[in-house]
Amino acid sequence: MATLHLQKHVDYIKSLDKKSDFDSLVTEHLRMSGAYWGLTAMDLMGHLADMDANEIVAWLLKCQHDCGGFGGNHGHDPHVIYTLNAVQILALFDKLNAVDADKIASYIAGLQNEDGSFAGDEWGEIDTRFSYCAICCLSLLKRLDKIDLKKATDFVARCKNFDGGFGCTPGGESHAGQIFCCVAALAIAGALHHVDKDLLGWWLCERQVKSGGLNGRPEKLPDVCYSWWVLSSLVIMNRVHWIDKKKLEEFILDCQDSENGGISDRPDDAVDVFHTFFGVAGLSLLEYPGVKAIDPAYALPVDIVDRIFYGQENGFTDKL
Amino acid sequence: MDREEGEDWEPLRARAAWADVVPIPQDDGPRPVVPIAYTDQFREVMDYFRAILAKDERSSRALELTAEVIALNSANYTVWHFRRLVLEALRSNLEEELDFIESVAENNFKNYQIWHHRRWVAQKLGVGAVSGELEFTEIVLLDDAKNYHAWSHRQWVLQELGGWEGELDFCSRLLEKDVYNNSAWNQRYFVVTKSPLIGGLQAMREHEVHYCVDAIKAAPMNESPWRYLRGLFKGDQDALAHNPLVVAACIEEIRKDASCVQALSLLVDLLCAGFRPTPSDTELLHQPVSSPADLASNVCTHLENVDAMRARYWAWRRSLLPSTTPVS
Repeated sequence: MATLHLQKHVDYIKSLDKKSDFDSLVTEHLRMSGAYWGLTAMDLMGHLADMDANEIVAWLLKCQHDCGGFGGNHGHDPHVIYTLNAVQILALFDKLNAVDADKIASYIAGLQNEDGSFAGDEWGEIDTRFSYCAICCLSLLKRLDKIDLKKATDFVARCKNFDGGFGCTPGGESHAGQIFCCVAALAIAGALHHVDKDLLGWWLCERQVKSGGLNGRPEKLPDVCYSWWVLSSLVIMNRVHWIDKKKLEEFILDCQDSENGGISDRPDDAVDVFHTFFGVAGLSLLEYPGVKAIDPAYALPVDIVDRIFYGQENGFTDKL
Repeated sequence: MDREEGEDWEPLRARAAWADVVPIPQDDGPRPVVPIAYTDQFREVMDYFRAILAKDERSSRALELTAEVIALNSANYTVWHFRRLVLEALRSNLEEELDFIESVAENNFKNYQIWHHRRWVAQKLGVGAVSGELEFTEIVLLDDAKNYHAWSHRQWVLQELGGWEGELDFCSRLLEKDVYNNSAWNQRYFVVTKSPLIGGLQAMREHEVHYCVDAIKAAPMNESPWRYLRGLFKGDQDALAHNPLVVAACIEEIRKDASCVQALSLLVDLLCAGFRPTPSDTELLHQPVSSPADLASNVCTHLENVDAMRARYWAWRRSLLPSTTPVS
């Protein structure tokens, strides 16, 4: 019976500091996301303190533009995805006061369209992923009042399909990644009444294949990242018991590199920080021992979300 | 990286046309969390690109440089943004830009930036772009029939610029090739519900039920047509439960294979929606039952065994049924 090689995954994420390979070359523009995945995984595994908060925050702040939005790295244009990731990282380090929340909120509010949808940046690409980024980010900043939330959730509801799932725009095919974005956005906005929980719950639990892993669409291969997208949606809708959790846990554990750490998309593939995060996050939702609980909508550890909304910043539980 | 580092690549610092530009190196900051390794060519091209970006130089050499950056890393969204600014400033020929995209897009069809750029160009070109865009997406879909970006682009073209005439046939062609293609089923629903040419869901329902039942017969375990069938009766469960073709297909598949999860699942839905089985239908699971609710309960219990991974879902479905006689 496989177990989680927690320390090896911690060492793997720390080793990314010194990594110099092909992948890191072409992901330079999304370094903000890479940092978010790595740091959140570290926190879930109880090792965030191994990372240098001050250095990371100093780098992060240099990615902010005058408009308030963040780019994926220095010298890259602002985008709502990296703006959310930056705010999530600041939340992890309890440094949300290092930024001007109103300025970020006004950047995001400026991306909302008349029909309630959100553009990802000034070039206007529309996608329900960006609705999630906007709603999640503004909620963390306590600035949801800066957008037309009713219109925003109505647009997400328009992207609902006959199978209960959601796509990137109205009529777009249901896809587990988009479903997470839509269900989580609606959950944060208090508009889960738009979700047909039984119909969608059934679609999502049919994503589990014989190996125990989850796929993102019918007839596609299972992938560890869907352990997050599918599972978080099921948890939000309170339907996670409809799948075989034990078999999913085994599938995720099978995707570990038991020698060098890290988690891959499928057993025996190459590991990366993206799948390492989603594997650890999936195990967190499965309540795997030794992994902190993650919030299925904000994609941050529960204690971080609690600190923001309930002000438990005094480390009360740490002293018990 | 999209292309091997070219041996015949001439460094920018050696080119006369670039002599006046002072490159700006990347600032990675101290101990980066996700640090970057740079090959020499990548580093130099990016350093010159940063310099051009800093000067906001919208010139033809800037356009050429963006092509070099894109060739090295087509996922870099900043360079695509800047390229659009340059294209606008130079009033470039956008037909040529479509050719450029195709040259970059090869083997890169999952790249958000390329599709977004393509849409920007198509929007500028307007209605004249329809056939070219439908053709382009068809080529991509023939290679990767579930490519999400290609389907999104195609839906956008149809809704914004038109071209609905052949779309239902297009879906049929793809489904003929692979009846399991859920993306093509989704597109079919999109056409039936949104095309201005064929009268909408109500008008098309009977036609589509026939199509769907044939697809089910060809591959009974395929979840897509079973869901599509329910979609055709969205909000009208009563009509679903009383459609003779639907009922017959469902019963027939269970007779052929008593472990067909999709058919059994539809039978539960039909029973819940008012379908009244004949005496021979109730013998389906080889257990005599006295009411539709009893049959539904038996089917759920049966599903808990044949679809064990989702046993708790089926147990829950069973718990929702109106009062039944206990299953022995």
